[in-house]
Amino acid sequence: MKFWERLGAIDRKIIYTVIGLAVIIPLVTKLTFPIRVSDTVRNAYNSIERLPAGSIVMISIDYDAASGPELQPMLIAVLRHCFKKNIKVILTGHWALGLPLGEIALNQVAAEYHKKYGQDYINIGYRPGYTALIVGIGREIRDFFSTDYKRVPIDSFAFMRRVHNYNEINLLVGLEAGATGDAWVLYAGARYGLKMFFGATGVSAPDLYPYLQAKQIEGILAGLQGAAEYETLINEKGTGTLGMPTQSVVHGLIIIFIILGNISYFVLRRKKE
Amino acid sequence: MRLQIPLIVVLVTGLLLIVTFFIPHEPFGSLEQRFLIWYSIVAGFTMLLGLDSLTRYHLVRIRDKIKGWGFSIVLLLGLFITLGLGFYSWAKYQSPFTLGSPFMFLYTYVIIPLQATMFALLAFFIASAAYRAFRARTTEATLLLVAAVLIMLGRVPLGGWLWHRMVDFADLIPGTHLAGLKNLEIFARINDWIMDIPQTAAKRGIFIGATLGGIVMSIRIILGIERSYISGS
Amino acid sequence: MRISDLKISKISRYYMVLLILGLMVFSISFAQETNIVAPANVRVFDTPNDGGKSLSVDWDLIPADTALNPNFIRYEIYRSGNPSGPFSNVGFILKGSNQYQDQTVLNHKKYYYYVQAAFKDTTAQSAVIGPGISIPQWFNIARINVLLATIILSVLVVWYIERAKKGEKLFIRRIAGIDAIDDAVGRATEMGRPILFSFGLGVITDVVTIAALSILGKIAKKSAEYQTKLLVPNNDPIVMAAAQETVKQSYIEAGRPDMYNENNIPFLTSDQFGYAAGVDGIMLRERPGAVFWQGYFYAESLIMAETGHSIGAIQIAGTTAVTQLPFFIAACDYTLIGEEMYAASCYLNPDPQMLGSLKGEDASKAIIVGIFTIIVIIATAGFLLVKPMPIINKIFETLVSWFTAK
Repeated sequence: MKFWERLGAIDRKIIYTVIGLAVIIPLVTKLTFPIRVSDTVRNAYNSIERLPAGSIVMISIDYDAASGPELQPMLIAVLRHCFKKNIKVILTGHWALGLPLGEIALNQVAAEYHKKYGQDYINIGYRPGYTALIVGIGREIRDFFSTDYKRVPIDSFAFMRRVHNYNEINLLVGLEAGATGDAWVLYAGARYGLKMFFGATGVSAPDLYPYLQAKQIEGILAGLQGAAEYETLINEKGTGTLGMPTQSVVHGLIIIFIILGNISYFVLRRKKE
Repeated sequence: MRLQIPLIVVLVTGLLLIVTFFIPHEPFGSLEQRFLIWYSIVAGFTMLLGLDSLTRYHLVRIRDKIKGWGFSIVLLLGLFITLGLGFYSWAKYQSPFTLGSPFMFLYTYVIIPLQATMFALLAFFIASAAYRAFRARTTEATLLLVAAVLIMLGRVPLGGWLWHRMVDFADLIPGTHLAGLKNLEIFARINDWIMDIPQTAAKRGIFIGATLGGIVMSIRIILGIERSYISGS
Repeated sequence: MRISDLKISKISRYYMVLLILGLMVFSISFAQETNIVAPANVRVFDTPNDGGKSLSVDWDLIPADTALNPNFIRYEIYRSGNPSGPFSNVGFILKGSNQYQDQTVLNHKKYYYYVQAAFKDTTAQSAVIGPGISIPQWFNIARINVLLATIILSVLVVWYIERAKKGEKLFIRRIAGIDAIDDAVGRATEMGRPILFSFGLGVITDVVTIAALSILGKIAKKSAEYQTKLLVPNNDPIVMAAAQETVKQSYIEAGRPDMYNENNIPFLTSDQFGYAAGVDGIMLRERPGAVFWQGYFYAESLIMAETGHSIGAIQIAGTTAVTQLPFFIAACDYTLIGEEMYAASCYLNPDPQMLGSLKGEDASKAIIVGIFTIIVIIATAGFLLVKPMPIINKIFETLVSWFTAK
């Protein structure tokens, strides 16, 4: 009797320890799993793939370090894809504490592809009040971002001189940990017709599916799995792919815990009856 | 009067913003934008309000030696050191986010690990919450449980691995040739279906209801029926 | 004489090969040459539904505009105030697009345009078109759908309010989460523990935060009556100020203004997980007997609600953040789902105006459900009868485009 009761009320510290080990061991042993690419990620990938060289992609860092492990691999993968195809990148963000993550990724990937600041990409930084910004860029980007993040006028960069509003931006890639994605869809998408796809944390991705079905966005990269799928498509393994075994093992463990809890529940219920 | 003036401001602003949504002609066309910018400015200044509250709260704790006051000293030191390094990096490196600046050092080695640690706790908490909550007590709870398990399998490569092993196992039965079934990726497909259809349908239902509720709440606020946000109402 | 009888010298053969190769190169370049055509059907028109200072130019994509053709690069747009020029370049658009908005024009002035297709080595100009005149519009006709919906919704709400004012009895169903507020506050009091209330990460422009404020008012009043400490840690300074005002007012109404302490409603941080850590810390130190999660939450919801559960607090959550609902349902005793949050203030304060507005909302929802049902039937019929009756599909597409936000 006691055993079944205990099985239904495993101490949380035991659960935490097991989960902790399940995270660490696959990372240390470097297990790998083949990745299946879903249509939502493939559609997102294709929306960059079909852009001609010289097109402009705006990337919005709407997350911070907390969601970094899920979204940073997406940022790196998308940057690699853009630079591989000679697409120009405008980096911005609506989470002040996320912008440095963008800067770190830009520096890393630009060095890999020998891209130059101001010529191939630019970081226009952060300004507060994202709704006002997203609506306002539809009219003129200079009303908000007359300079880049180091206060250098954006008109001093050749490719920025032709960028005035969403008409000149071919695609938006929003990396979302919160509700900024809704504003991108509602204002930049619905009012100005800007094409976009999102990368989102596993928790917030389900919020974006209605937009996908209504064809308001091109695709979704959901959680670490989304990042791993994008990495598979561009053929560059990154931390997304490396994290998948860990996530698999933890999911499996949680399922085992749920099964144990239910076995205990049914045994105890039968005994009561 | 103390109550009426804010209500009049709310009524006029609310109606004006509704009107500007339909009139692109100046001066209405740019009013929405202007209002949003005003809000950003006001919101920016309210950070001072927050700073004042935070500092005062912890100074009082230190002054009265309330249990744990040592942590308040750590908090205030953390606050002002971060602020100081931010200003210093801004002045010296054009932006606090320039790689190599002292603020970036703080960001990389303090803020990133702290934030990531807090978010990572979710993995532990979801395990204990799922273990506790997912019991097949009723039909609805069983449905929730089954859906959760299928999604957990379908979202990660584990689902594919498990499916392939299941097919291999079934293939052991003499006379069967089921290897082709591996491409079905059944767990991934179930995951896609649950996310695309039932999940989105339920979400839309709640979302439409909540949005309508929000609109009607806004009408109540504009008309001055809902006043819970105004003191003295 | 047969051709095979011809004796062709080695040198002649060499020339013939050269000739054939030359012909091939010529034919390929000729084929490419034929693709060098200027954009046709160029139009200039006032950008519709805008505040002026904008002209739109569109054209048909040229045959050379394909993803695989590296020879064609982009379309360049030239403008002049005079049909005979001089024209100046106002911008360009990469291949694949056939529309350009010129937002550097003045209102009520005539402009002429041509579009130039830019190839690797050459260009091809369209004919000059115009004049286009930019005029600001007084009404955005693309938003007539929103205007109609706004009018219907407002009329319904006002009509039901009037009916309720006339004394008509309106029913509001029980909301278990709200009913449990009194029990939760009572339980915290019995245990001699404080109450904790959190708005999550919501800001004051989130309507759900306003709804949460009215719930806070009710809880504050109860806590003042029971003389139980109420803690409200905040993530946003404006929400903090509003919460302080609401709690102060409730304490005054309960006749206990002396109980109000501003330090119990502090600002913690605007950082998401910093806030979660702060709230968790307060819960572990103060061990509240009742915890209320009311407002807009993100991924921090479970981190806080699990900690609340671990200290044995009775927890009542309420949010419109759909992604966080499963977490709250798993970890809390009661959860207000979506619009129940908005209904809560009517439930707590059931005067005719409040109840009438709620009834108006229900009526609007019934209309929306009705419209959905009709459109789903039309869409299904359109799909099934696409060949014999294509008109049904057309009707469906027209309806969808009418309802699409612009």
